[in-house]
Amino acid sequence: MERLLAFGLLLPSLVIFGVFVFYPLIRQIYLSFFLTPPFPGEPNHYVGFSQIQQVLSSHDFLNSLWVTLLFVLFTVPTGLILGLLLAVLAHQQLAGIRFFRTVFSSTVATSVAVASVIFFTLLNPQVGLFSYLFGTQGQLSVLDNPQWALVAVSAVTVWQNLGLSFIIMSAGLQAVPDDLLEASRVDGARVWARMRHVILPMLSPTLFFAIVVGTILSLEAFGQIDILTAGGPLQHTNVLVYAIYDQVFNQDNDGRAAVMTVALFVITLVFTLVQIWLLERRVTYER
Amino acid sequence: MNAEVGTGVTIGTLAPGFRTFLWIAFGVILAGVGLLIASRRASPHHRRRVALAGRYLLLILLAVIVLFPIYITVVDSLLKPDQVVAKPPILFPFHPQWSSYSTAWTQGHLGLYLMNSFIVTTVIVVGELATSIAAAYAFAFLEFPFKRTLFVLFLATMMVPLEVTFLTNLSTVVSLGWYNTYLGLTVPFLATGFGAFLLRQAFLGLPRDLRDAAKLDAAGHWQFLRRVVLPVARPSLAALGIFAFFSAFGQYLWPLIVTKNDRLRTVQIGLKFLANSQLNNFNVVFAGTVIAAIPLFVLLILFEKQLVRGLTAGAVKG
Repeated sequence: MERLLAFGLLLPSLVIFGVFVFYPLIRQIYLSFFLTPPFPGEPNHYVGFSQIQQVLSSHDFLNSLWVTLLFVLFTVPTGLILGLLLAVLAHQQLAGIRFFRTVFSSTVATSVAVASVIFFTLLNPQVGLFSYLFGTQGQLSVLDNPQWALVAVSAVTVWQNLGLSFIIMSAGLQAVPDDLLEASRVDGARVWARMRHVILPMLSPTLFFAIVVGTILSLEAFGQIDILTAGGPLQHTNVLVYAIYDQVFNQDNDGRAAVMTVALFVITLVFTLVQIWLLERRVTYER
Repeated sequence: MNAEVGTGVTIGTLAPGFRTFLWIAFGVILAGVGLLIASRRASPHHRRRVALAGRYLLLILLAVIVLFPIYITVVDSLLKPDQVVAKPPILFPFHPQWSSYSTAWTQGHLGLYLMNSFIVTTVIVVGELATSIAAAYAFAFLEFPFKRTLFVLFLATMMVPLEVTFLTNLSTVVSLGWYNTYLGLTVPFLATGFGAFLLRQAFLGLPRDLRDAAKLDAAGHWQFLRRVVLPVARPSLAALGIFAFFSAFGQYLWPLIVTKNDRLRTVQIGLKFLANSQLNNFNVVFAGTVIAAIPLFVLLILFEKQLVRGLTAGAVKG
């Protein structure tokens, strides 16, 4: 009876996971062994590892991998440091601090489309406000500039994720016992020493969590690329997810796309395993 | 490749107003830091006031920087098209024009898109809560074979992002006849490993004697869930609900590929099309952006605590 009830309760979730998570994962792996025919309608044919090998060593794939890596490097540390800075500043007993906390969290309410459209318009080379402020009106848009496009997309991403970063850091700081902070203050420890020897060590689980979450978010970035640059100029912002999307919808090559999704899965897996390990460890601070 | 193209930004090319702002910002930072340092030397009596002023200066400056893109979006949405592109830029709407909002709402179909977003988001939130409560109840209170294995399977779903599965999911949805329907937009998200995990943690936090009372028949389980478990776990339910609302409402990739026309487009996708179609009416694009952004901002202000709980469920105690 109890068993029946339990499986009945799990069934809805299991059906959805089966159809929309596990089946597609297996099918993506399976598909990567089949070459997509140049003309739709012809059967796919099995080519073993040759397509996988060919895609993984192709210039386009390696470029996407490199761009994705750069994107992670541009966004994750910056977001972490800015979020921590805001969190430390907002972690004090001041009148009106609640207002500042809401302001610093506010970009968590901007979806990727909202943030991207805001900056797409502000960065417009002819009439955008930022082009005016930086005196680059009429010049090549930063989003069309091979050197700067990825930096610009990264900056938009950092701004959009700043609220999340701030929230995670603040929650971490609030879990640091006040008496510990007080004790270090009484000891006469200087701001910087307190930061290094008391706050950062206590925050390390939070920092770790923020790095993992931030990295996964950046690995999965798509909306900002689609709206701001569409992978260009000259593939300079063609991150892995956008390259997969491009293979499916513009090149009609499901086989190549499958190989790339499996690669993305393996890369994400490494980071997610760390995250789940953290979740399971249930980091708690008793007050 | 013409990698030689520079943007040519120097102090000289900066707009005069912006240059002034940078100097002011620089001055404020110097003043803030200066005050903080000075507060160490000052007599104890003055120390606190000086330090306080320094802190507020820094906080205000940072708030201005973080909010500036949002502020300018709201301002520009209230200007006429030629005012939006005026030089030097207009930074306050002295004669607000609300017509951009009605244009975005009707001609840009933002009203329809917003409605679609609300329908899709509500279905996902309710569905996710229901499946998560059911699964979490089983994992927390019932004994059954393969319990541990099944739980690991639930956790494993968190390792497979939509960005990996969307290609096959699209063909599944097409073959089910769900392409360009609400079913296609919602069903894949009606259950999440994260939801089950979060609620299981909450349910396990119930006092032991309450949990022992759960050795009951089916009707008893229902009463126990309704009368004891759900009321006690309400904070976690709220956290999961708000978190699910934020992620469902903000979705981009899936609604982009699974819809093909206006009728079902969500507001995120509609906004992209609005931005591409109104290149001469930036005020309408900005108005559309505000319309698309308002729901989550309202929720953030009303339910900040719950959202924070949901977002940090993995970092701190869940």
